[in-house]
Amino acid sequence: MQNFTPVASLIGGALIGVSASAMLLLDGKIVGISGIFAGVLRPARGDSLWKACFLAGLLAGGLLLREFLPRAFDFDVLRSTGALGLAGVLVGFGTRLGNGCTSGHGVCGVSRLSARSIVATATFMATGATVVYVVNRMLGGSL
Amino acid sequence: MKALLTSLFSGILFALGLGISGMTRPVKVIGFLDFFGSWDPSLGLVMVGAISVYFLAYRWSRRLPSPLFADQFSVPKRTDLDARLVLGAAIFGAGWGLAGFCPGPAITSLASGTTPVMVFVAAMGIGIYLHAWVVELGTSLSHRKAPMLRTLTDS
Repeated sequence: MQNFTPVASLIGGALIGVSASAMLLLDGKIVGISGIFAGVLRPARGDSLWKACFLAGLLAGGLLLREFLPRAFDFDVLRSTGALGLAGVLVGFGTRLGNGCTSGHGVCGVSRLSARSIVATATFMATGATVVYVVNRMLGGSL
Repeated sequence: MKALLTSLFSGILFALGLGISGMTRPVKVIGFLDFFGSWDPSLGLVMVGAISVYFLAYRWSRRLPSPLFADQFSVPKRTDLDARLVLGAAIFGAGWGLAGFCPGPAITSLASGTTPVMVFVAAMGIGIYLHAWVVELGTSLSHRKAPMLRTLTDS
């Protein structure tokens, strides 16, 4: 538990909640970032501009972090390019097949007490923990 | 215009929340998923913080006739549990555990300009197109009854 950051995580989590709440109450949209990214890569008429704006916001926020909180981008996990590429394909494919990721299912869906999102969240947490167990406990922590 | 500015500023706020909470660092995500190692519960508290706020916002939204800058709420209405949902979530979770990245933190981290993040996001794009291709393939093969593909594409 030596890396536990309870206060920063609660505050950051609340900011994520405020962002998603603003999107719901003002724009009527669910913040599902996998769907937003896919909607920009494969645009559907009339439903892409707000997604592009949200992604631009993420990037702008990322630039602010780089300027004022560079620790946020400490990359201290040992993964080969091949492992990252495989992981990215799994995340892209899996989130489309399952209609969501940590934001859409994990935050918005669980808050709405959606059965689909609760099942999805339990499932991706379980397979994520299984993969981490294999990599960290059986393969020595790097891949 | 107001709706688009809301999207832009919400995106900025979301990215700041991810960065402040530590979720842009794969080591924090993997630390949470490492239940049998030196477990880092931080991600759980990020969820608690976000869900507490959003739970209230959602309940409030139910009493509003429409959102402020749009005609209607676009909230998912499906309630059925199907194989695609569970299989998709399982595949996503495997990639999430492997890299310690999910879509939001990965896209935010593009701002760092580092190669591992760019590889991950590019691969995520490939996964999205791969899914679209499998769906199209499944549609064109569905007359011939390819059970595996139909499981992946039936909706």
